[in-house]
Amino acid sequence: MSSDDRWLLPEGIDEALPEQAEALEALRRRILDLYASWGYALVMPPFIEFIESLLTGTGRDLDLQTFKLTDQLSGRTLGIRADMTPQVARIDAHRLGREVPTRLCYMGTVLKTRPEHLGGSRSPLQVGAELYGHSGLDSDFEVLSLMIETFRLCGIERIHLDLGHVGIYRALARAAGWDEAHEAGFFDMLQRKARPEIDAFLADRPLEDSLREALAALPDLNGDASVLDQARRLMGAFDGIPAALDSIEAIGRRLAERYPEVHLNHDLAELRGYHYQTGLVFAAYVPGQGREIARGGRYDDIGRVFGRARPATGFSTDLKTLWLLGGHATVASPGCIFAPAGDEAGLEAAIAGLRAEGRRVVRALEGQQAGAAEMGCSHELRRQGDAWQVVPVA
Amino acid sequence: MTDTLTIALSKGRIYKETLPFLEEVGIVPADDPEKSRKLILDTNREDVKLVVIRAADVPTYVQYGAADVGVAGKDVLMEHGGEGVYEPLDLKIARCKLMVAGFPGTRPKRPRLRVATKFVNLTRDYYARKGEQVEIIKLYGSMELAPIVDLADVIVDLVDTGNTLRANGLEPLEHIADISSRLIVNKASMKMKQARVRRLIDELREAVNRRNPES
Repeated sequence: MSSDDRWLLPEGIDEALPEQAEALEALRRRILDLYASWGYALVMPPFIEFIESLLTGTGRDLDLQTFKLTDQLSGRTLGIRADMTPQVARIDAHRLGREVPTRLCYMGTVLKTRPEHLGGSRSPLQVGAELYGHSGLDSDFEVLSLMIETFRLCGIERIHLDLGHVGIYRALARAAGWDEAHEAGFFDMLQRKARPEIDAFLADRPLEDSLREALAALPDLNGDASVLDQARRLMGAFDGIPAALDSIEAIGRRLAERYPEVHLNHDLAELRGYHYQTGLVFAAYVPGQGREIARGGRYDDIGRVFGRARPATGFSTDLKTLWLLGGHATVASPGCIFAPAGDEAGLEAAIAGLRAEGRRVVRALEGQQAGAAEMGCSHELRRQGDAWQVVPVA
Repeated sequence: MTDTLTIALSKGRIYKETLPFLEEVGIVPADDPEKSRKLILDTNREDVKLVVIRAADVPTYVQYGAADVGVAGKDVLMEHGGEGVYEPLDLKIARCKLMVAGFPGTRPKRPRLRVATKFVNLTRDYYARKGEQVEIIKLYGSMELAPIVDLADVIVDLVDTGNTLRANGLEPLEHIADISSRLIVNKASMKMKQARVRRLIDELREAVNRRNPES
């Protein structure tokens, strides 16, 4: 690196300049206030921890996404968090150890070795909420609702919600009795909805007709609620599937009632987070974005490695994305008051008084040439008679 | 852009062979991309646009939602990695084979086989699956030249008739994959424009089945 490009930031690493930073911070506060009003307590997990705690049954993807370094004190490998969800699960399972339902939320920078999409950030500001200790529709619906409320707060409209359930594919794969390699192979094709390859793969395998038919239909089982009926006909005989379909349907009905403006899509082959998700999964999309803007679902087993498996469901998204999509919802800046330099009588007290009221006061510095307008101030503090008055900048 | 359906095609063979399918499902471009300088082509349907781009760019356009659907060769998809797109339909057009080619019966002169190709990723994957460590040289065209001038021992390339290979004394040596063009779909479009995209897939599937009654 020559001295000419020392200003250059690594790819996918960004920073916020004053205006954006102010807007992001304002949005951050409003979101956390929203979560607080729903009873979600804020936690602040560490930026770095032992790699084993960060990668808990989450599969290889997160491992590759995590920056690692060696701890000089213990000789062990540390990871910089690429996802805060396992950290919050650890806090619930080990540190809090409560028996009652626990609601936690979090917001913080995570680091990823590779951006998730083109031009994407490697340092998103992850924000999310998790609900532990309840297994059932109520908790699933609550986190889904809170996610939608988050979008509303940010001014994001025209939300499309994609619902799925990892239990469906899991039941079929179990029935097929495949080894890990076969299941991984089929999983990969299913993620690409690669019908031609799926058909060829199934043709080569000794499977019962009903199972073959069910597996072959999976990539096409997406769309409105009618796919649930289709699925019931095709795979209703497999253990666990009717219950999974019922839960998708029930959640869909509740959503349609509570948030009629949200478009619902069902996709029974969508298995994001398959390695640790255990039930209902969902993602949110908005027009003009070629990828999901938030995702979540149920992951009942994650606490086990920390000594206590508890039912869990939650969602996470990225504050910067929310801010961009929300039409850059900037807070109307209250404007700044420019105060003169010097130690005239009453000046200090007047400034202190204004600041205590929450006004912004910028003080001129001795010898400064730039005036109020150049300093970006809309008002200035002037002496009028004995009193100090705030007057608009001419 | 959000209410129209954008279809990405590549110039040349894929474009020519995809057009009849699109026509069958009622989509006819208003301009000929060979003659027009427009980058976005209108069609007879208000809500459908075509973008005609380089073949290797089609998955990228679709992955990031710049186009909702596209037609891309399996070779391009394998090289791209296919991440972030659905590939629900084999159009069974622009068929060829992806092969290793070289001089028959030659033994590699180097401890590691040198392979010239424009498909760097899929070549690496192919040899890795075979348990072989190779050196890969990225070229952009005229692969056949590489073994002749000893730039590489073999090449990995698409083979249609094999005439170019034979004219240069080369022969196909190993078959890697059968290639044909796939319909690919952006994941978000599949969710948000579900009904339209599904109708397009279903209609195209019927058209493909009509054309290939044997399968």
